[in-house]
Amino acid sequence: MKFSVTVTLKKDVLDPQGKVVSQTLKNMGMTNLIQIRQGKFFEIDLDEKNPSKAQDQVKEMCEKLLSNQIIEDFKIKQKE
Amino acid sequence: MKSSVVVFPGSNCDRDIAVTLEKLQFKNTMVWHKETKLPKSDLIVIPGGFSYGDYLRSGAIAAKSNILNEVIKAGNDGSLIIGICNGFQILIECGLLQGALLRNFGLKFISKDIFIKIQSNKNKFFNKYKKDEVVKLNIAHNEGNFFTDKKHLKELEDNNLIPIKYCDEKGNITNASNPNGSLNNIAGIFNKNKNILGMMPHPERMSDKICSDDSGLPLFLSLMN
Repeated sequence: MKFSVTVTLKKDVLDPQGKVVSQTLKNMGMTNLIQIRQGKFFEIDLDEKNPSKAQDQVKEMCEKLLSNQIIEDFKIKQKE
Repeated sequence: MKSSVVVFPGSNCDRDIAVTLEKLQFKNTMVWHKETKLPKSDLIVIPGGFSYGDYLRSGAIAAKSNILNEVIKAGNDGSLIIGICNGFQILIECGLLQGALLRNFGLKFISKDIFIKIQSNKNKFFNKYKKDEVVKLNIAHNEGNFFTDKKHLKELEDNNLIPIKYCDEKGNITNASNPNGSLNNIAGIFNKNKNILGMMPHPERMSDKICSDDSGLPLFLSLMN
Protein backbone atom coordinates (compact mmCIF):
# COMPACT_ATOMS: atom_id res chain seq x y z
CA MET A 1 0.00 0.00 0.00
CA LYS A 2 1.45 3.37 -1.01
CA PHE A 3 1.19 6.68 0.79
CA SER A 4 2.58 10.12 0.41
CA VAL A 5 3.29 12.37 3.36
CA THR A 6 3.85 16.11 3.26
CA VAL A 7 5.46 17.82 6.23
CA THR A 8 5.28 21.60 6.43
CA LEU A 9 6.11 24.17 9.07
CA LYS A 10 3.13 25.33 11.12
CA LYS A 11 1.53 28.60 10.10
CA ASP A 12 3.07 30.74 12.85
CA VAL A 13 6.57 29.28 12.53
CA LEU A 14 8.97 31.39 10.49
CA ASP A 15 10.09 29.65 7.29
CA PRO A 16 13.23 31.51 6.17
CA GLN A 17 13.88 29.14 3.26
CA GLY A 18 10.37 29.60 1.90
CA LYS A 19 10.82 33.35 2.25
CA VAL A 20 14.03 33.37 0.23
CA VAL A 21 12.51 31.17 -2.48
CA SER A 22 9.46 33.42 -2.62
CA GLN A 23 11.58 36.58 -2.83
CA THR A 24 13.68 35.09 -5.62
CA LEU A 25 10.58 34.21 -7.65
CA LYS A 26 9.27 37.74 -7.14
CA ASN A 27 12.61 39.09 -8.37
CA MET A 28 12.18 36.85 -11.43
CA GLY A 29 9.04 38.78 -12.23
CA MET A 30 6.33 36.66 -10.62
CA THR A 31 4.90 39.60 -8.82
CA ASN A 32 1.47 38.08 -8.10
CA LEU A 33 3.09 35.55 -5.77
CA ILE A 34 1.64 35.87 -2.27
CA GLN A 35 3.85 33.48 -0.33
CA ILE A 36 5.69 30.16 -0.41
CA ARG A 37 6.09 27.72 2.46
CA GLN A 38 8.71 25.04 1.96
CA GLY A 39 8.22 21.51 3.25
CA LYS A 40 9.27 17.87 2.96
CA PHE A 41 7.72 15.10 0.93
CA PHE A 42 7.91 11.35 1.66
CA GLU A 43 6.78 8.42 -0.49
CA ILE A 44 5.99 5.43 1.69
CA ASP A 45 5.51 1.88 0.43
CA LEU A 46 4.07 -0.42 3.09
CA ASP A 47 3.64 -4.20 3.07
CA GLU A 48 0.17 -4.09 4.66
CA LYS A 49 -3.17 -4.92 3.07
CA ASN A 50 -5.53 -3.58 5.71
CA PRO A 51 -6.05 0.12 4.84
CA SER A 52 -6.94 1.33 8.31
CA LYS A 53 -3.97 -0.51 9.85
CA ALA A 54 -1.69 0.97 7.21
CA GLN A 55 -3.10 4.47 7.79
CA ASP A 56 -2.50 4.14 11.51
CA GLN A 57 1.05 3.00 10.93
CA VAL A 58 1.88 5.90 8.63
CA LYS A 59 0.36 8.27 11.19
CA GLU A 60 2.61 6.74 13.83
CA MET A 61 5.63 7.24 11.55
CA CYS A 62 4.73 10.90 11.17
CA GLU A 63 4.22 11.44 14.87
CA LYS A 64 7.31 9.58 16.03
CA LEU A 65 9.91 10.49 13.44
CA LEU A 66 8.94 12.20 10.19
CA SER A 67 7.67 15.40 11.77
CA ASN A 68 8.37 17.44 14.87
CA GLN A 69 4.87 18.38 15.94
CA ILE A 70 5.95 21.44 17.88
CA ILE A 71 6.88 23.16 14.64
CA GLU A 72 5.47 21.01 11.85
CA ASP A 73 2.15 19.69 10.51
CA PHE A 74 1.81 16.59 8.36
CA LYS A 75 -0.68 15.47 5.73
CA ILE A 76 -1.11 11.82 4.72
CA LYS A 77 -2.46 10.79 1.33
CA GLN A 78 -3.19 7.22 0.30
CA LYS A 79 -2.07 6.56 -3.26
CA GLU A 80 -3.36 3.08 -4.05
CA MET B 1 33.31 11.82 39.08
CA LYS B 2 32.38 9.45 36.30
CA SER B 3 31.26 10.68 32.92
CA SER B 4 30.08 9.17 29.66
CA VAL B 5 30.32 10.84 26.27
CA VAL B 6 27.92 9.37 23.73
CA VAL B 7 29.34 9.10 20.21
CA PHE B 8 27.29 8.95 16.99
CA PRO B 9 28.43 8.68 13.40
CA GLY B 10 29.10 12.33 12.62
CA SER B 11 29.83 13.53 16.16
CA ASN B 12 32.85 15.82 16.04
CA CYS B 13 33.12 17.50 19.44
CA ASP B 14 33.34 14.26 21.38
CA ARG B 15 37.15 14.33 21.64
CA ASP B 16 37.24 17.96 22.77
CA ILE B 17 34.86 17.38 25.63
CA ALA B 18 36.63 14.14 26.62
CA VAL B 19 39.93 16.02 26.87
CA THR B 20 38.28 18.69 29.04
CA LEU B 21 36.68 16.14 31.35
CA GLU B 22 39.87 14.10 31.69
CA LYS B 23 41.85 17.22 32.46
CA LEU B 24 39.51 17.73 35.42
CA GLN B 25 40.04 14.11 36.55
CA PHE B 26 36.65 12.83 35.42
CA LYS B 27 36.79 9.09 34.75
CA ASN B 28 35.38 9.26 31.28
CA THR B 29 34.05 6.55 28.96
CA MET B 30 33.23 7.04 25.29
CA VAL B 31 29.96 5.21 24.54
CA TRP B 32 29.11 4.22 20.95
CA HIS B 33 25.45 4.81 20.02
CA LYS B 34 24.83 1.11 19.31
CA GLU B 35 25.52 0.16 22.93
CA THR B 36 22.49 -0.87 24.95
CA LYS B 37 24.04 -0.22 28.36
CA LEU B 38 25.34 3.02 29.74
CA PRO B 39 28.18 2.85 32.30
CA LYS B 40 27.18 4.24 35.69
CA SER B 41 27.84 7.95 35.26
CA ASP B 42 27.44 11.15 37.26
CA LEU B 43 27.43 13.08 34.01
CA ILE B 44 26.27 12.12 30.52
CA VAL B 45 27.40 14.26 27.61
CA ILE B 46 25.71 14.38 24.22
CA PRO B 47 28.39 16.16 22.19
CA GLY B 48 28.21 18.46 19.20
CA GLY B 49 28.67 17.52 15.58
CA PHE B 50 26.51 16.42 12.70
CA SER B 51 25.06 13.09 13.76
CA TYR B 52 23.79 11.21 10.72
CA GLY B 53 24.62 14.19 8.53
CA ASP B 54 21.66 16.13 9.97
CA TYR B 55 19.34 13.95 7.85
CA LEU B 56 15.58 14.58 8.26
CA ARG B 57 16.06 17.13 11.08
CA SER B 58 19.22 17.78 13.10
CA GLY B 59 19.35 15.16 15.84
CA ALA B 60 16.20 13.31 14.73
CA ILE B 61 17.91 10.04 13.78
CA ALA B 62 20.34 10.01 16.72
CA ALA B 63 17.37 10.48 19.06
CA LYS B 64 16.11 7.04 18.04
CA SER B 65 19.40 5.18 18.62
CA ASN B 66 19.81 2.32 21.12
CA ILE B 67 21.81 4.25 23.67
CA LEU B 68 19.29 7.08 23.80
CA ASN B 69 16.80 4.76 25.53
CA GLU B 70 19.35 4.46 28.34
CA VAL B 71 20.06 8.19 28.33
CA ILE B 72 16.33 8.92 28.62
CA LYS B 73 16.00 6.50 31.54
CA ALA B 74 19.03 8.02 33.30
CA GLY B 75 17.71 11.53 32.70
CA ASN B 76 14.32 10.68 34.14
CA ASP B 77 16.10 9.14 37.14
CA GLY B 78 17.92 12.42 37.79
CA SER B 79 21.37 11.90 36.21
CA LEU B 80 23.09 15.05 35.05
CA ILE B 81 22.97 15.36 31.28
CA ILE B 82 24.43 18.07 29.10
CA GLY B 83 23.74 18.31 25.37
CA ILE B 84 25.89 20.77 23.47
CA CYS B 85 24.94 22.06 20.01
CA ASN B 86 23.91 18.91 18.08
CA GLY B 87 23.58 17.35 21.55
CA PHE B 88 20.98 20.00 22.41
CA GLN B 89 19.15 19.17 19.17
CA ILE B 90 19.21 15.46 20.08
CA LEU B 91 17.89 16.11 23.61
CA ILE B 92 14.97 18.01 22.07
CA GLU B 93 14.27 15.36 19.44
CA CYS B 94 14.24 12.58 22.06
CA GLY B 95 11.86 14.53 24.27
CA LEU B 96 14.10 15.10 27.30
CA LEU B 97 13.86 18.80 26.55
CA GLN B 98 10.96 20.63 24.94
CA GLY B 99 10.86 23.09 22.06
CA ALA B 100 12.56 23.06 18.70
CA LEU B 101 15.78 24.34 17.12
CA LEU B 102 14.99 25.90 13.77
CA ARG B 103 17.28 26.98 10.97
CA ASN B 104 19.19 30.15 11.85
CA PHE B 105 17.23 33.30 11.07
CA GLY B 106 19.80 34.47 8.50
CA LEU B 107 19.95 31.00 6.84
CA LYS B 108 23.70 30.91 7.36
CA PHE B 109 25.88 28.51 9.28
CA ILE B 110 27.39 30.64 12.04
CA SER B 111 30.78 29.89 13.54
CA LYS B 112 32.02 32.66 15.80
CA ASP B 113 32.67 33.77 19.34
CA ILE B 114 29.62 35.23 21.03
CA PHE B 115 28.69 36.38 24.53
CA ILE B 116 26.18 34.89 26.89
CA LYS B 117 24.80 36.28 30.13
CA ILE B 118 24.30 33.98 33.10
CA GLN B 119 20.64 34.32 34.07
CA SER B 120 20.71 31.99 37.00
CA ASN B 121 23.57 30.28 38.85
CA LYS B 122 21.60 28.39 41.46
CA ASN B 123 21.88 25.08 39.66
CA LYS B 124 24.35 22.24 39.09
CA PHE B 125 25.72 23.64 35.84
CA PHE B 126 26.49 27.33 36.39
CA ASN B 127 27.19 27.68 40.12
CA LYS B 128 30.84 28.65 39.49
CA TYR B 129 29.73 31.65 37.45
CA LYS B 130 28.31 34.83 38.95
CA LYS B 131 24.73 35.82 38.21
CA ASP B 132 24.67 38.29 35.29
CA GLU B 133 28.26 37.41 34.42
CA VAL B 134 29.06 37.93 30.72
CA VAL B 135 30.90 34.94 29.30
CA LYS B 136 32.59 34.56 25.91
CA LEU B 137 31.92 31.23 24.22
CA ASN B 138 31.95 29.88 20.67
CA ILE B 139 28.98 28.84 18.57
CA ALA B 140 29.05 26.77 15.36
CA HIS B 141 25.65 25.76 14.06
CA ASN B 142 23.07 26.00 11.30
CA GLU B 143 20.01 25.14 13.40
CA GLY B 144 20.24 27.00 16.70
CA ASN B 145 17.19 29.20 16.47
CA PHE B 146 15.28 28.12 19.59
CA PHE B 147 11.52 28.16 19.33
CA THR B 148 8.75 26.98 21.59
CA ASP B 149 5.08 27.64 22.29
CA LYS B 150 3.87 30.37 24.65
CA LYS B 151 2.94 27.94 27.41
CA HIS B 152 6.38 26.34 27.50
CA LEU B 153 8.12 29.72 27.26
CA LYS B 154 6.19 30.93 30.30
CA GLU B 155 7.07 27.75 32.16
CA LEU B 156 10.75 28.28 31.30
CA GLU B 157 10.64 31.90 32.44
CA ASP B 158 8.63 31.35 35.61
CA ASN B 159 10.87 28.53 36.84
CA ASN B 160 14.33 29.91 36.01
CA LEU B 161 14.81 27.28 33.35
CA ILE B 162 16.66 29.62 30.98
CA PRO B 163 20.19 29.79 32.44
CA ILE B 164 21.88 31.57 29.52
CA LYS B 165 20.93 34.19 26.94
CA TYR B 166 22.88 35.71 24.07
CA CYS B 167 24.09 39.24 24.81
CA ASP B 168 26.70 41.73 23.64
CA GLU B 169 30.12 42.26 25.21
CA LYS B 170 28.63 44.57 27.81
CA GLY B 171 25.83 42.20 28.71
CA ASN B 172 22.97 43.88 26.85
CA ILE B 173 20.44 41.33 25.65
CA THR B 174 19.29 42.82 22.35
CA ASN B 175 18.20 41.79 18.86
CA ALA B 176 21.60 42.83 17.59
CA SER B 177 23.31 40.43 19.99
CA ASN B 178 21.08 37.55 18.97
CA PRO B 179 23.14 35.56 16.47
CA ASN B 180 20.52 33.12 15.17
CA GLY B 181 17.05 34.56 15.85
CA SER B 182 16.49 32.51 19.00
CA LEU B 183 13.28 33.29 20.89
CA ASN B 184 14.10 35.89 23.60
CA ASN B 185 17.85 35.37 22.94
CA ILE B 186 17.69 31.92 24.55
CA ALA B 187 21.05 30.11 24.27
CA GLY B 188 20.24 27.17 26.54
CA ILE B 189 17.44 25.63 28.60
CA PHE B 190 16.89 23.20 31.46
CA ASN B 191 14.27 20.53 31.95
CA LYS B 192 11.88 21.01 34.89
CA ASN B 193 14.22 19.34 37.41
CA LYS B 194 17.30 21.21 36.15
CA ASN B 195 19.31 18.01 35.80
CA ILE B 196 19.28 18.21 32.00
CA LEU B 197 20.84 21.14 30.16
CA GLY B 198 20.80 21.82 26.43
CA MET B 199 22.92 24.67 25.09
CA MET B 200 24.07 25.81 21.65
CA PRO B 201 27.42 27.43 22.67
CA HIS B 202 30.45 25.15 23.14
CA PRO B 203 32.00 25.43 26.62
CA GLU B 204 34.46 22.62 25.80
CA ARG B 205 36.04 24.79 23.11
CA MET B 206 36.98 27.34 25.75
CA SER B 207 38.33 25.11 28.45
CA ASP B 208 42.02 25.89 28.05
CA LYS B 209 43.90 29.16 27.56
CA ILE B 210 46.30 27.39 25.18
CA CYS B 211 43.44 26.88 22.69
CA SER B 212 41.57 30.14 22.99
CA ASP B 213 40.23 30.85 26.44
CA ASP B 214 39.13 29.06 29.57
CA SER B 215 35.82 30.88 30.00
CA GLY B 216 33.90 27.59 29.54
CA LEU B 217 35.81 25.82 32.30
CA PRO B 218 33.64 27.03 35.25
CA LEU B 219 30.73 25.05 33.78
CA PHE B 220 32.62 21.80 34.29
CA LEU B 221 33.91 22.95 37.69
CA SER B 222 30.29 23.70 38.63
CA LEU B 223 29.35 20.11 37.88
CA MET B 224 32.04 18.92 40.28
CA ASN B 225 30.91 21.29 43.01
